Amino acid sequence: MERKVVIPGEVIIEGEDYLPGEHTEKRNGQIISIRYGLAEEQNNLIKVIPLSGVYSPRRGNVVIGKVENINSNGWFVDIGSADSAFLSINEVPRYVNKDAMEEVFKIEDILIAKIWSIGKRGIDLSIKLRGLGKIDEGIIFKVNPHKVPRIIGKEGSMIKIIKDETGCDINIGQNGLILIKGPTIDSELYAKNAINFVAEKSFVNGLTEELTKWLKENKK
Amino acid sequence: MTAKFKRSDGREFDELRPIEAKVGVVPNADGSAMYKSGDTIAIAAVYGPRKMHPQHQQNPSKGQLRCDYNMISFSVSERIRPGKNRRSTEISEITKWALEPVLLLGMYPNQVVDIFIDIIQADAGTRCAGINAASLALAHAGIPMKEMVSSIAVGKLDKTLVTDLTKEEEDYEGGEGPTDIPISMTHDGKITHMQLDGKIGVEQLKDAVDLAKEACEKIYEIQKKALKDAIDMGNGEKK
Repeated sequence: MERKVVIPGEVIIEGEDYLPGEHTEKRNGQIISIRYGLAEEQNNLIKVIPLSGVYSPRRGNVVIGKVENINSNGWFVDIGSADSAFLSINEVPRYVNKDAMEEVFKIEDILIAKIWSIGKRGIDLSIKLRGLGKIDEGIIFKVNPHKVPRIIGKEGSMIKIIKDETGCDINIGQNGLILIKGPTIDSELYAKNAINFVAEKSFVNGLTEELTKWLKENKK
Repeated sequence: MTAKFKRSDGREFDELRPIEAKVGVVPNADGSAMYKSGDTIAIAAVYGPRKMHPQHQQNPSKGQLRCDYNMISFSVSERIRPGKNRRSTEISEITKWALEPVLLLGMYPNQVVDIFIDIIQADAGTRCAGINAASLALAHAGIPMKEMVSSIAVGKLDKTLVTDLTKEEEDYEGGEGPTDIPISMTHDGKITHMQLDGKIGVEQLKDAVDLAKEACEKIYEIQKKALKDAIDMGNGEKK
């Protein structure tokens, strides 16, 4: 089956040979989509890849968030999902004085963290790995979280092109927030525009060539 | 079923006004849509699923839907006072009931999906335009749905059934007077909402539902096209 755009309630395929996967349902021998997105087949399993909507967190995602509240056990972080995430002091790789929590993260501080568990009670974050922690400088902007995989590319190929071309350090949160740190503001904006270009054209085949062309045309 | 009947704008008895639909008209929203039927224009924006506030309205067993229908003060020839009134509160609730049966909100406990519908120009059939726009916006926001919902008003002018009334026809005074029947249904023909303003016999009501079914089929095709057109597959043309 070829990839195609489907809408809720649309019959993707008929027949008993297929199994309903993510965001699909089986009704009277038909596989029906229950979400707007791209329908795809893999070994007779039909699934729909969502293209829009809010971010749905998954374990292992690296996200960028803003501290919105503090209690004596840690920090509440807004990562753009409906449930707010919690960063416990046990998941911070340094000594934390419980009377001076603000010394580590203040309210409104931006940080990059990894989701290490999602439970009934909420999302737990960790910054115990390298590259995670507080963000002090750079540009942050938001893209549609469903376009993040395309921006990163296969094994990071797409983002590597942008990094090499602009000389910027780019961190992508799975929740759609992107941090760019570069030598000059111009180079940062150049990288930002390149990422927005990829996000806009994310369904085009042969996007890598298009991107290389765009980068050449828009080089300052 | 229906005798030859001349409508003021020259349409056939079962002919819809020209329809336009587009998704993604409000960039800030999680999903949005515009639905235009003749001179009636509705814009719907969907936010969420997000945490329900106020907190005491949270439902830990499933997510909820909240609708807000509003007519912009310049949408009709005589300015209407902005803000909620008896009519808009009723239509907000009606819209919610029309859409709730198709939504699968079980996986969003303590959360809410907000729909804001604004009528920027009104020429009768605003609640139907609002429901059509909201259905598009919900799909665009990636909310899980069993089906799309399409909505249309069937009217009875004297003794004749007609589809998609305009304001002029709604104010028709001759014979038995005007009857307005807004109907919403899913693609497979299940009715999610039906209202009746006026009077009609049982047999004729069945005919009215059949007319609505035909019209909803046409609207569904337009909604489907609007959603599919929004994605650029890069085949040269916008697919």
